[in-house]
Amino acid sequence: MTDLAADLPVTAKPAPKQAAKLRRFFAAWPPAMLLALGWVLLMLVVALGADILAPYSFTAFDLKARLQTPIGMGGPWAHALGTDELGRDVLSRLIMSIRMSLLIAFFGTLIAATMGTTLGILAAHLRGRFEALVLVLIDFQASMPFMIIALAVLAFFGNDITLFVVLMGFHSWERYARIARGLTLSANEQGYAAAVRNLGAGSWRIYGSHVLPNIASTLIVSMTLTFPEIILLESGLSFLGLGVQPPLTSLGNMVGYGREYITRAPWIMLAPSAVIVLTTLSISMLGDWLRDRLDPTLR
Amino acid sequence: MFGFVASRVARAALTIGFVVTFAFVVLRLSGDPAMLIMSVDAPPEAIEAFRKAWGLDRPIWEQYVAYAAKALSGDFGNSMRDGRPAIELVLERVPMTLAITIPAFLIKIGLGIPAGIFAALHRNSVLDRLTMTVSVAGFTVPSFVLALLLVLVFSVQLGWLPSSGSESWQHAILPIITLGVAGAAVLARFTRSAMLEVLGQPYIRTASAKGVPWRRVVSGHALPNAAIPTVTIVGFMIGSLIAGAVVVESVFAWPGVGRLLVASVANRDLAVVQAILLAIAISMVAANLAVDIAYGWLDPRPRRGRAHA
Repeated sequence: MTDLAADLPVTAKPAPKQAAKLRRFFAAWPPAMLLALGWVLLMLVVALGADILAPYSFTAFDLKARLQTPIGMGGPWAHALGTDELGRDVLSRLIMSIRMSLLIAFFGTLIAATMGTTLGILAAHLRGRFEALVLVLIDFQASMPFMIIALAVLAFFGNDITLFVVLMGFHSWERYARIARGLTLSANEQGYAAAVRNLGAGSWRIYGSHVLPNIASTLIVSMTLTFPEIILLESGLSFLGLGVQPPLTSLGNMVGYGREYITRAPWIMLAPSAVIVLTTLSISMLGDWLRDRLDPTLR
Repeated sequence: MFGFVASRVARAALTIGFVVTFAFVVLRLSGDPAMLIMSVDAPPEAIEAFRKAWGLDRPIWEQYVAYAAKALSGDFGNSMRDGRPAIELVLERVPMTLAITIPAFLIKIGLGIPAGIFAALHRNSVLDRLTMTVSVAGFTVPSFVLALLLVLVFSVQLGWLPSSGSESWQHAILPIITLGVAGAAVLARFTRSAMLEVLGQPYIRTASAKGVPWRRVVSGHALPNAAIPTVTIVGFMIGSLIAGAVVVESVFAWPGVGRLLVASVANRDLAVVQAILLAIAISMVAANLAVDIAYGWLDPRPRRGRAHA
């Protein structure tokens, strides 16, 4: 575990150049990073192949095998991770939950990045009132905990899966707006944007094929921050029973359900908890690593 | 300095206004209140009378002004569930929330900041790595998982502490630990990087080079400068004293504001949700304002001119 911590570059660590060089030389592919990458790939495979991989239907009851212990605790191979109170296979539910949580985080991140980047570039392009409005919105978003805003919206509108995914997309859009605006402003001051403009390119072309590629690496690194944050937010809300609703299931739902059986069947909550922690940890580690490679200026 | 404070106060007021507007817009978008409250087969005259009584027949901007005036005086109407004024329900929960968030805040400060400073001063030592490993967990272990693990160990296995309720002071221990440990980890990581950033500055080298003892360099030059970015995150923690325990209160059945919020969202008790939203907004904005002013006091640069840098 200590090696792992050493490999995790800390936010705003001004590593002395020599040390950074040495570390990069010794550890172009640190083992902790390979493990993280392996885990993320495994999660992707599970999410994509969920229907094939799940041994049972995630809603199938097996009332003869209720609260079966997992194999490590003396259970049979038929239910590798045990079963819950209704005899549903924990492994199958876990696989479906991974798919659901990753899907929500994926679309949430995509929405946040697209919306934030668009608003940021527009603010930098239009200036004036529009920019002032975007800045006020950024201030508002940054000053309120997003979970509270999300809870308020869920209270007002009720819950439904489409609304929920879109809502997750509002998480941290302001990060992209801020970055995109700042970078676009400075790009506009640099020679290349002016040069392309003088050559007669329209705004679409300048922003789409010149400015955007130049700020892309910073935005991609930010996405590795948003993705685990949305997994945590989604699972928190689902844990409270206010996110993904049954019969659909997500990692947070499973933990919330397993909490009722924490004395009799702790494996129901332990399996999804471990997946949440390992996934967010792996993606954060990969993000830090990517940041060091792609964009040393970003903290 | 006066102009600086005034601009920050104006910004804080703007944010509050924005929260009220947000609540109003979302409330109106979410459906016709007459239809929500009255049954579908209510006679049209009754619906009309309801609209008149609540001012829903007036132009939208008039409704907005009336709503904002009421909201800012704390009047959100009565809770659907027990008919009492929403704001009363919220305010009576605040002490319970503070009873766990304030001790947790003290743990965060008392544990997180010294650990971060120590880790930065002994960079790459075993203790530094240990601190950072633990603090990574603070980011990646969600609070409900940490809470349930603590319950599993201390309530189920060892049977030392109660797992839910609020009957005695022992009930507060696990919620406080859950909140405090996670926050301390975040704060330690943040303090460490702020310290490392400052320790790499030329003025630190200058101070050591001219013979100032290392202790004095740390206490006189490094700590005050590292305090500046740390103030921001501490301010955010103060602002979320009311809002920050939503999940933890729910896990431990602790009757605070957060649990009230979750229950109200589940029951769609809109009056209570709005009252909590405003209470949280005010606490967050007040803390942000305090941070901004503290910044101006700690760091003379933003005071002069470039206030929005």
